[in-house]
Amino acid sequence: MVSGKRIYADFKVFSVGYLRNKFGLFFGLIFPVILILIFGAIFSGGTTGTVNVYTQNQDTGALGQNIGDNFLSALNESTTIRVITVNASENFADYLAAHSASDGIVIPQNFSTDYLTGHQVNITVYGNPASSTSGIVTGTVGGYINYFNLNYYQRNATAIIGIKSATVNTQQTTYVDFLIPGLIGFSILTSPMFSLVNISSEYKKNKLFKQLSLTPLTKMEWLTSKVMWYIVLTIAGFLLMVGVGIFAFGAHVTLSLWLLPFLVLGPMLFAALGMLVGTVTKNPETAGVIGNIVTFPMMFLAGTFFPISSMPDYLQMFAHVLPLFYVTEGLNNVMVYNNIPNALIDIAVLAVITVVIFALAVKLFKWRED
Amino acid sequence: MLPIEVTSLKKYYGDLKAVDGISFTVKQGEVFGLLGPNGAGKTTTIEMMEGLRERDGGDLKILGLDPWKNGYELHKKIGVIPQEFTFFEKTTPREAINYYANLFNVKVDADEILKMVMLEDMAKHHFDSLSGGQKQKTGLALSLVNSPELLFLDEPTTGLDPNARRAIWEVIRGLKARGKTIILTTHYLDEAQQLSDRVAIMDHGKIVAMGTTDEIIQQHGSGERLEIHGTQQLADYIKANTELQVDYNKSRGEIIIPLHKKIDALAALAAAEQSGMDWGHIQTLQDSLDDVFVKLVSEPLDEQGEAESEGKADKKRRR
Repeated sequence: MVSGKRIYADFKVFSVGYLRNKFGLFFGLIFPVILILIFGAIFSGGTTGTVNVYTQNQDTGALGQNIGDNFLSALNESTTIRVITVNASENFADYLAAHSASDGIVIPQNFSTDYLTGHQVNITVYGNPASSTSGIVTGTVGGYINYFNLNYYQRNATAIIGIKSATVNTQQTTYVDFLIPGLIGFSILTSPMFSLVNISSEYKKNKLFKQLSLTPLTKMEWLTSKVMWYIVLTIAGFLLMVGVGIFAFGAHVTLSLWLLPFLVLGPMLFAALGMLVGTVTKNPETAGVIGNIVTFPMMFLAGTFFPISSMPDYLQMFAHVLPLFYVTEGLNNVMVYNNIPNALIDIAVLAVITVVIFALAVKLFKWRED
Repeated sequence: MLPIEVTSLKKYYGDLKAVDGISFTVKQGEVFGLLGPNGAGKTTTIEMMEGLRERDGGDLKILGLDPWKNGYELHKKIGVIPQEFTFFEKTTPREAINYYANLFNVKVDADEILKMVMLEDMAKHHFDSLSGGQKQKTGLALSLVNSPELLFLDEPTTGLDPNARRAIWEVIRGLKARGKTIILTTHYLDEAQQLSDRVAIMDHGKIVAMGTTDEIIQQHGSGERLEIHGTQQLADYIKANTELQVDYNKSRGEIIIPLHKKIDALAALAAAEQSGMDWGHIQTLQDSLDDVFVKLVSEPLDEQGEAESEGKADKKRRR
């Protein structure tokens, strides 16, 4: 019989011990937040200095004036943007891609005519939301558009120049939006996994399991209390990371109850997987190595730091066999894309993997020897 | 019903006969010492009794239960401190006791148990900051949480300094005074002698002697002997002029005469005096448990009480 009292007793003694161990606490809770701060700062931090922007002026001019040229030279005098001219005959998107650039401005063909006759016209601003420079470009262009709107036309008119944004090969989300689910996935993986690999092999070596087997505590109860603790830790880490993402980087995150299955199944899966690795290996050293072999591909290839879509096809296929993939993809589906039907598929796959691994861990894990 | 009944117990690891058909019983309230060099099979035996290892043959009844099949039941009734006891690093002895109390679903007074094992001072220290002796005492404390009548102590003082060992002995004596039945393994002869009512000496998986220490000495010791410091010539002279059996130990320069009757000593001394040769320092001696142990156990112990090749066998066995 599974006893709640024993699970709670084991949970209490384990969590108190965990909280007293500053090292574990750091890696479980603080480290992922530091990663968010570091990566967030690298990819969306305030870049200073001028941004090189490719510009294409397709404006043919009107009434002896080329407003497009005027606009671009005004822009070039700003402190934030340096204009690089692209020939009007080029395909602009291809040109940007060929030059590994994401920031660009295109002035349309009838810009002068529309402007001078008071027709609404849009300047297209290319940018990659994952790049920190695109905000600067959009902001600067917006400022000069206001200036042009105010100065070159009748005072009582509505704004006639607008901004149309376009992207080159990226989705409409920012890097931080994507980074938060990724790093939550990262901490769901690493904290229970490393911890349980270590605990289970160490307890086996110093005979703590043998000792616990002499009490009424069952191995199922023992593993359950560990899973419970890592669920608590995961939820605490989740709140911390989402908080930092929102307040420090203005991340756009959808919070929904659909996140809960991932925050519960994830730690359960990786605690059990860690347990399994510690159980089937002979000593802590081997367990550590096998643990790393299992963990590292997931740490980097399951959509934690980089989107899967940016990886080559064969790696994308490989990612689909990594259990963590279904955690990060599911978190992205809920938090970023708000796509619940797809998230349900991830939950289903994850639940099956978790049940199998958990059952296997409980079965193979031995309190006593024969 | 006797608390412990062991009949022809066997455990093999491949070709190695770790425990090779041993039998013994232990009475209520008795302290029973399993003595032997490392690798003699003590821990394998005690772990089979605790239900931690399955036996390969023979019969085993602990408190009337089969320890392997009814382990879960048995563990509620016994107390165990395994060899080299360890616990969660950041847990204090008091927390550990309360943790065990919750697992066993019993109410205990943690302070009383701490007092029983003389660990009150360290109640609030994390386990990893305790000394070796204090760690063992924590183990003892935990083995008492379910108020067991039967305790298994597997090498409770191995690796401890002499003061810590004596402190543990004090605790064990206290438990004995409370009427607990205790099985104790040790490779320290003095420990077995100090604490046990009866001792079984194990070697190569077999019991080579069993009884009170006095009985073992009587059965396996050489009895009283006279030792005279002198030369080989003197030894020969005594041998030629008396009916006595005379041995000579060259390296020590001792003439050794087993005394079947007290009066034999007088005859030997008279002959020595008669010889006109020099002789000094006389003493009568009796085998100690140490002497008997060395005789019975195939390989002598080194200073730590470990027999070299036995230690290797022990490692092989535990794999």
